[in-house]
Order: sequence, then structure tokens, then C-alpha cells
Amino acid sequence: MVRPAVEQVWSWLGEVPDPEIPVISLTDLGIIRDVAYEGETLVVTVTPTYSGCPATSVINLEIEKRLAEEGVTDLRLKRQLSPPWTTDWIAPAARNALKAYGIAPPIDGTAADGVLAGRIARLTGANTAVECPRCGSTQTEMVSRFGSTPCKAAYRCRDCLEPFDYFKCI
Amino acid sequence: MPSLSDVMTPDAAALAAASKGEGRAPPAAGSAEHDLFTGLTRLGDTTLILGHRVSEWCGHAPILEEDIALANMALDLIGQTQLWLGLAGEVEGRGRDADALAFRRDAWDFHNLLLVERPNGDFGLTLMRQFLFDAWHLPMLKALEESSDARIAAIARKAGKEVAYHLERSADLVIRLGDGTEESHRRMQGALDALWGYTGEMFLGDAVDQRLAEAGVMPASESLRAVWNQTVDAVLAEATLSRPASSFAHKGGKQGRHSEHMGHLLTTMQWLQRAYPDAKW
Repeated sequence: MVRPAVEQVWSWLGEVPDPEIPVISLTDLGIIRDVAYEGETLVVTVTPTYSGCPATSVINLEIEKRLAEEGVTDLRLKRQLSPPWTTDWIAPAARNALKAYGIAPPIDGTAADGVLAGRIARLTGANTAVECPRCGSTQTEMVSRFGSTPCKAAYRCRDCLEPFDYFKCI
Repeated sequence: MPSLSDVMTPDAAALAAASKGEGRAPPAAGSAEHDLFTGLTRLGDTTLILGHRVSEWCGHAPILEEDIALANMALDLIGQTQLWLGLAGEVEGRGRDADALAFRRDAWDFHNLLLVERPNGDFGLTLMRQFLFDAWHLPMLKALEESSDARIAAIARKAGKEVAYHLERSADLVIRLGDGTEESHRRMQGALDALWGYTGEMFLGDAVDQRLAEAGVMPASESLRAVWNQTVDAVLAEATLSRPASSFAHKGGKQGRHSEHMGHLLTTMQWLQRAYPDAKW
């Protein structure tokens, strides 16, 4: 029976890339909430990013696959909704990796509140000084709150004129 | 619903245990379980039917960015549906999961608001329907965060973060199109007038709602009216649109009495599971 240390499991999960954004790992993303043993069963607690995120089931498969490679077969994945995932949990180093990959990292504390943030966005032309990941300019504007995936918004740089994704805050 | 089967979550484990109850009688009307099941299907059916309606735009929206935004919102709503209907199935204890509830019930068993089954119409009508709904949906979820049922509070906290973006987007577009060209203004006012009679149902509670509110499980329907009025009035003013005077409200959706559109919608949505029960890919 293979019963690796919890720290070892964390480090293996740190090598599993996010299926949608492969430059960051599942632990970088902050969606692995706990690794523990219940008797002989290894229990990995995962929280979804968005409730409809199609990557969720792929992520679960990737975890199972990676741990099976290490001989872990007595495994249970537990879904935890509360506290809900927030972009604040994305690791600092992963933010630079996102930027290098062409996705502007989230600016903490700018999550939508439904009313006020939207009003400010309308009054300011939605310029919340999101830095263009290509040229570094802060002369950028939001094109849409919804980008290529639910977790991203579509932006455009007014200096280099390139469109880019912004990892929006929730 | 996901293209890959879900893992054994505690919820799935509970469902598997409950599946031994297949064929068991449903919870008795008036019981706490029946009220909770009904309340949860009102939430889950509403997000499901709106999610389906919005998904009908996929590949048809006026511009690419809007097509993507609509598909993303539909995805959020369907994701929330899985949580609400998944919990409803667990509460019911007869082995039905979210898929069984979504694809194997007929119109009279759906408890969604009539507003969300309205056909898409043009882009303006779709947006106005979304805004009138979002302005209710966000405060509803905020109130549910305080639910005495921890499972409901957890789902509401998750969904609320997503819906805040829905409301910002729909409010923004209603303002831009209402205060836009003569043509866009005319269409947005027309959409508002056409949908207005379907908004009142959101604030009309029945005995089930009342018992759930008394138990602290869900807010009283009427309690959301003030904040909805505030949001709607502020946005309509900025959009230069006039709020219709009528207070007439179509009702019945929450009790399973639907418009003719519902059957047509279900025919499309449920076709695969009806033709090939338990089909998987």
C-alpha cells in the first residue's frame, strides 16, 4: 500500500498544470484546499473556480491521473464550495507567469459588486489601470466583462492596440 | 451538464446512498423536505431555463464579444443549476441527480419564473430580460448567503460572485442601448414594456415561500422588491427609459403553470435524454 506524505502529495499537485492555462499549476491557482488522510484513503479537497467551469471535471481527472502515476489508488476527491474560491488565492509567482503568458493578472480588491463597480466603470470608461501584458501600458480599456473563459475579461491596449485577456477578480 | 462524469464528491456519495430510495414516495406536501425541494427547484429551474435561453444565442449574437459573453453567462447559470438541482435531488432522497431533474421532468414539474421562459426575441429583449432578472437574482443570492441551511448559503456565496458580473454587464448594456440611437431606444423601451408584466412574479410568495422564510431558509419574496426597485429605477433613468405604470403580474411559473413557450423549450433541451435515456459521451 502506497501512503506518501501529505507534503509529497502537495508537491506532486504543484506539478499538475491547469488544463486551460498550462503555465500555472493547480496549487498556484489556489483550488487545492486540503490534502489529508481519512484512514488509508487520501482525500484531496478541491474547490471550483466558477460553478460552470468546464475545466473542473478535467482538473479532477488530472489529479487522479497524476497521483495514480505515483501509485496512489485509494483516493477520494472532495468538492468544497465554502469559502468560495477567490482570485486573491492565486500565488504571487503565478501572477508573473500569467503575465508572461499574455494574460494580465487580477488586481486584488476590484471584484464586481453588481452596482457600484459597474457605475464607476461606466464613468471612467472602464479604465481600471489594468497593465497590458505585451507593452506594459496602463492605457487599456475593457471590451467585455466576459472573455475567452468565464474567469477572464476581454481588454484592449490603446497604445500597442493589441487585444488581451485579463484574469478578472472574483 | 459536464461532458465528463463528476468525481465521487460527498454529494455524489450521498446521492448513491439515496438511490436505494428509488421508487420511494416523494416527500409529503407541506413537509419541510417538500418545501425545501420546491424552493430549490424554483431556484435551479429558473437558472436552468434562463441558462438554456441564453445559450440559444451561441453563434448568433450580433458581435463576437457579445456571443462570448452570452455563452459565458449561460455557462455560469447552468453551473449554478447543477448546484441547486443537485442539492434538490439530495433533499428529495429518491436518487434523482441534477441531470435527472433537468432532463426527465415535464413542464408542470418545473418551478421557474415565467420571465425566464420568455423567448429571446431580439438582442434588446434578451438583454432587458437579463437585466430585470439580474436585478432580482443578485439580492436574492445575497439574502440566501444568510440562509439557516449552510448548504444553501455556500452555493449562494459562490453564485453571487458570478452574478455580480452579470448585473454589471446587463445594466451597462441597457444604459448604452436605451440612451443610444433612436432605433436602439425604441427597441429597449419596447422590450421593457413587453416584459414588465412578468416581473411581478418574483415578489409574490405562496405558502411554501412563507414557510421557508419563517424557517430562515430563504428570504420572503416580497422582501426583495425595494432593492430591485432601486436598481431598476436608477438604471432606467440613466438609460432614458420609462418605467411602465402597470402593476399587473402574470404568475404561475413557480407553481408549475407555464406559458406555451415552455413545452417548446423543453422539447429542444431534453431531446437527447428523451431519445437516448442515460446516453453518455
